[in-house]
Amino acid sequence: MNVLTVSGVSKTYATGFHALKSVDLEIRRGEIFALLGPNGAGKTTLINIICGIVTASTGTITADGHDHVRDFRKARAAIGLVPQELTTDMFETVWNTMAFSRGLFGKPPDDSVLEKVLRDLSLWEKKDAKIMTLSGGMKRRVMIGKALSHEPSILFLDEPSAGVDVELRRDMWQMVRGLRERGVTIILTTHYIEEAEEMADRIGVINKGQLILVEEKNALMRKLGKKQLTLSLAQPMASIPPALAALPLELQKEGMELIYSFDTQTHDTGIAPLLRKLQEAGIEFKDLHTAESSLEEIFVNLVRSGATNDTTGARR
Amino acid sequence: MNLHAVKAIYKFEMSRTWRTLFQSIATPVMTTSLYFVVFGSAIGSRMGDVSGVSYGAFIVPGLIMLTVLMESVSNGSFGIYMPKFAGTIYELLSAPVGLTETLLGYTGAAATKSVILGLVILATARVFVPFGIEHPFWMMAFLVLTSVTFALLGFLIGIWADSWEKIQIVPMMVVTPLTFLGGSFYSISMLPDVWQKITLFNPVVYLVNGFRWSFYGQSDVNVVLSFSMTLAFLLLCLAVVSWMFRTGYKLKN
Repeated sequence: MNVLTVSGVSKTYATGFHALKSVDLEIRRGEIFALLGPNGAGKTTLINIICGIVTASTGTITADGHDHVRDFRKARAAIGLVPQELTTDMFETVWNTMAFSRGLFGKPPDDSVLEKVLRDLSLWEKKDAKIMTLSGGMKRRVMIGKALSHEPSILFLDEPSAGVDVELRRDMWQMVRGLRERGVTIILTTHYIEEAEEMADRIGVINKGQLILVEEKNALMRKLGKKQLTLSLAQPMASIPPALAALPLELQKEGMELIYSFDTQTHDTGIAPLLRKLQEAGIEFKDLHTAESSLEEIFVNLVRSGATNDTTGARR
Repeated sequence: MNLHAVKAIYKFEMSRTWRTLFQSIATPVMTTSLYFVVFGSAIGSRMGDVSGVSYGAFIVPGLIMLTVLMESVSNGSFGIYMPKFAGTIYELLSAPVGLTETLLGYTGAAATKSVILGLVILATARVFVPFGIEHPFWMMAFLVLTSVTFALLGFLIGIWADSWEKIQIVPMMVVTPLTFLGGSFYSISMLPDVWQKITLFNPVVYLVNGFRWSFYGQSDVNVVLSFSMTLAFLLLCLAVVSWMFRTGYKLKN
């Protein structure tokens, strides 16, 4: 079941910049969806439109069953947003700013909810501290806390780990998984492909205002991912022997390494026959390892091919 | 309507008032006291009565209005400009609140502060000059109506402004002259004929005179007209703010 439906949403700014070109997207209840794309691709514009911060030029959005214009109070009450920039009420205390957010989103005061959110974010000890006295990582957590204070069913995280150290990033991933277990749908944008690879159920790639791909992460990895077997040879080889010429092999490191590429989707990887043929040809090797292409490589290839296909895309 | 949001905004804004209590209350009280010392006691003692009211007492309603107008505009604009400036406006824009909740919360808090301030100045003034209030109910009505109207004007300025200079310039360049020329310190019957006519285009004249009538039972202009004009100005501000919200003017792009 879809918790969020975006149909035909486009955005042209007053400057004429075409930030989004008719985006259609369906988000399933309880999933973690990662929206990837280079800077200026339209990730934040899309999120801001869904959250009501930017007005769409065309298209409709339904959040938790409510039209986001006609029934905006109900639609927005279902959504929590953690924006990219660290913008907080510097002079307020953590507790007051959280209580404010909860009320603003239409929920009656409930100290136990706020306490739980603060404890989950390891901010409980700081509840009476003024926000300006907190570190950058803590401020980021305060912003997450504000977004969670009204118990939303959809949470947007726009670049959640920008400027966050490794340890905190791990904690945050843990927290996001915890939220998903409680049934919260999470949509995150990120530059860190590692983050999407680690967490997402599905991945959408946006480039130049167009959603060029939406796919299950695992399927995407399978479909676009390549696996390679690297053999470190005992003796350098000048060229690939004719007996092996038919196989997808290449030589690297001045003939010291033999690379075999294969498809991860097929059950028959062809590794066993390859090794047999190597033995028959008398080629000895010292070591071997396999490697899978990362989401990052997949992403870079996608965006690059998208760039060559699309020459009309206007950039700011 | 999202009542919890109204409460949250109101409480949040009022907490800023309490936190900056000294600045919020003490500064205007001190300024007003200075006015009383200079105009009320020092100069006022050499001036005759204005329509049977001693000059010191005559300027009390005008002085209260002067401060209430300035503070309403500045509180009203600050409340919405600050989140715009700091970037925290994203939360308000993404929240399940419309024009009604936003206005009730922000201008409600700004107007509350002005009303409190007006009453504090009233009490301060009583220390300097003796006076009575003939129509306490109408006095409160004018005070509240003025506070709300000008907090709304401030809100509108806060949305329009994109720099601190702009926030400052309207109170300084528009509200202050209108107030000084609005009969705070004189009866408009003291003006030459031409200026008596021109001055009737100044909305503050109606505010000051209506307010003064509630104190001493006399006014340069008709009280009903006073009240209606103030109400009309309130509706005008409301219309502009609702247009701003509908079009997302300077709030959404």
